[in-house]
Amino acid sequence: MAKLSIPLPGRRFVIGVPFTWLVLFFFLPFLILLYISFVDMGNDIAPFKPIWDSDTGLLKLKYENYLSIFRTSDGGPLFQTIYTEAYLRSIWYALCTAVLCLVIGYPFSYFIARSAPSARPALLMMVMLPFWTSFLLRVYAWKGILADQGVLNRALMFMGLTDEPILMLYTNISMLVGMTYVYLPFMILPLYANLVKMDFRLLEAAYDLGASPFKAFWLVTVPLSKAGIIAGFMLVFIPSLGEFVIPSLLGGPENIMIGRVVWDEMFTSNNWPRATALAVVMIGLIVIPLAIYYHYTGDAAEPRN
Amino acid sequence: MAYMGEKDGYLVTERLVKRFDEAVAVDEVSLSINKGEIFALLGSSGCGKSTLLRMLAGFEKPTSGRILLGGQDVATMPPYDRPINMMFQSYALFPHLDIWENIAFGLKRESLPKAEIKQRVGEMLDLVQLGPYAKRKPHQLSGGQQQRVALARSLAKRPKLLLLDEPLGALDKKLREQTQFELVNIIEKVGVTCVMVTHDQEEAMTMAGRIAVMSKGRVLQVGTPEEVYEHPANRFVADFIGNVNLFEGRLSVDEVDHCAAVTGIGEIQVGHGVSGTLNMPVAIAVRPEKMEISKEQPAVDKNVFRGRVKEIAYFGSYNTYIVAASDGTRVKITEANTSRRDLSHITWEDEVFFWWGDVAGIVLRD
Repeated sequence: MAKLSIPLPGRRFVIGVPFTWLVLFFFLPFLILLYISFVDMGNDIAPFKPIWDSDTGLLKLKYENYLSIFRTSDGGPLFQTIYTEAYLRSIWYALCTAVLCLVIGYPFSYFIARSAPSARPALLMMVMLPFWTSFLLRVYAWKGILADQGVLNRALMFMGLTDEPILMLYTNISMLVGMTYVYLPFMILPLYANLVKMDFRLLEAAYDLGASPFKAFWLVTVPLSKAGIIAGFMLVFIPSLGEFVIPSLLGGPENIMIGRVVWDEMFTSNNWPRATALAVVMIGLIVIPLAIYYHYTGDAAEPRN
Repeated sequence: MAYMGEKDGYLVTERLVKRFDEAVAVDEVSLSINKGEIFALLGSSGCGKSTLLRMLAGFEKPTSGRILLGGQDVATMPPYDRPINMMFQSYALFPHLDIWENIAFGLKRESLPKAEIKQRVGEMLDLVQLGPYAKRKPHQLSGGQQQRVALARSLAKRPKLLLLDEPLGALDKKLREQTQFELVNIIEKVGVTCVMVTHDQEEAMTMAGRIAVMSKGRVLQVGTPEEVYEHPANRFVADFIGNVNLFEGRLSVDEVDHCAAVTGIGEIQVGHGVSGTLNMPVAIAVRPEKMEISKEQPAVDKNVFRGRVKEIAYFGSYNTYIVAASDGTRVKITEANTSRRDLSHITWEDEVFFWWGDVAGIVLRD
């Protein structure tokens, strides 16, 4: 058994490096966030106060940072603050983005998975190709397409489909277009990885047992790609939720998303405790769907044969 | 070719052809299969048997020809409209559904009332004795159990025709022997007409009532297991089914009730007539187990030849000898170990006599 103990330090190292990384750059910063979210606002020099009361030296947790997220300080009704509105709006648009990506990405992934094996690398390359250009450039490019005098409006007017430019930029539509565009590959790749493993004979079995092609797709392909759908959905939903850049560049001024709210609290109001409390609540909003996701991928990891 | 072209079968294929680009996978296959029969398509891989089966199932469209089932042409029907069900080689059970749902899948597509679906799935589970496993997922069952689920699923819709694609191919050898009888019992109990595809001649011979031997897209012979073994139609069939010694030569005697051919090892007498002309090239096929071997000169005068023992293989229930005849032809002879004669004294490089009765040989022209 002596030989078996040799790989152990190596295994520890391999697991230890990312583990240390996560502790140092994710868990500890998170603890700092958590800490700031429970203290008083400071001044220009020190943006937050220590957690101990300077007079009594007692621990003093300031829950108001959290409470004020859900209820205004004048004691208004629960969940009617600009923060809860921003959360709900963010969740709504993140859901819309994920659903749009799924609707567009599923046929796309299905097509790649069903194409000739020799054609697949090229098709996948086309999905990933946009990553080679700066993310910001690609979002800016949408401005050029969707603006009043942009490519799309000019084309529509040239074709005589409209006389006046249609308002597209700085609306919810342009924001959703941008988010769907940016996050689409995150939906396609896990779906493709799942669909390409699908045993075509299962579809033949379904046809053989009297299922029409649509029924076979709905009763066999879709349930079997559940893990891929959930993975893609989460990979789109989670980053969309806190998305800051795309709503700022393409979204309308009236629809403030939670990412923007955190930014404003941090840099405009200089209210670090509230900004961190907002961030902690958002992490909670992300962890819950993540837990659901791991629950399902755990199921999918069961042996199939 | 006694059954080919017959028109009164339950399942009839008429000059069925399947071409993939330039390659002909199935070449003018005409078969007639009776109701309630278990019929095997036997051949090595690439002989077209699987393509033929897939055309029957509806997964491949015939290039030309007709498929008649109970008088109805089903060749252009999509698979989901055919009253035909298939048991797939790797079973293709739906991994996300439990056993009960797998068996019910086809019934649900017929929009049967819930109570009837429940009753028929129950019947099927009883038939394959898997009642206690109804709520398990396929991956939780053994290979043999999965095979029974696949069978139950394909029988649940009460198809007019059952297709089996290498039904025992995924099982190990020991389980295979036991399963093949079980499978035949269930199929006969249900009374469904059945076409199976296999590359294993033993499987075909034990399970099927009739066998079609296929090669290069064509059906070479159709017959009962006994017919294809005892009266192979040509060299390929003789060689493919079981072991055989083929002696190439020319026809030297051609009478009504007997004939003879001059071959490398000498003139061979055959106890049946043959339609042909003198001097035409023929092959005489003799099965190794129909030959006798001894060091002493036998008291018969027909088909006795001399040779030298080159190889001996002991198989327990029988011995196999490879004997080099006078012209160097290597002849395979098997002797059952129940033989009263003591064979143990025959050893390597011994000079031996080998012989067979004139009814053992068959003249093959193709």
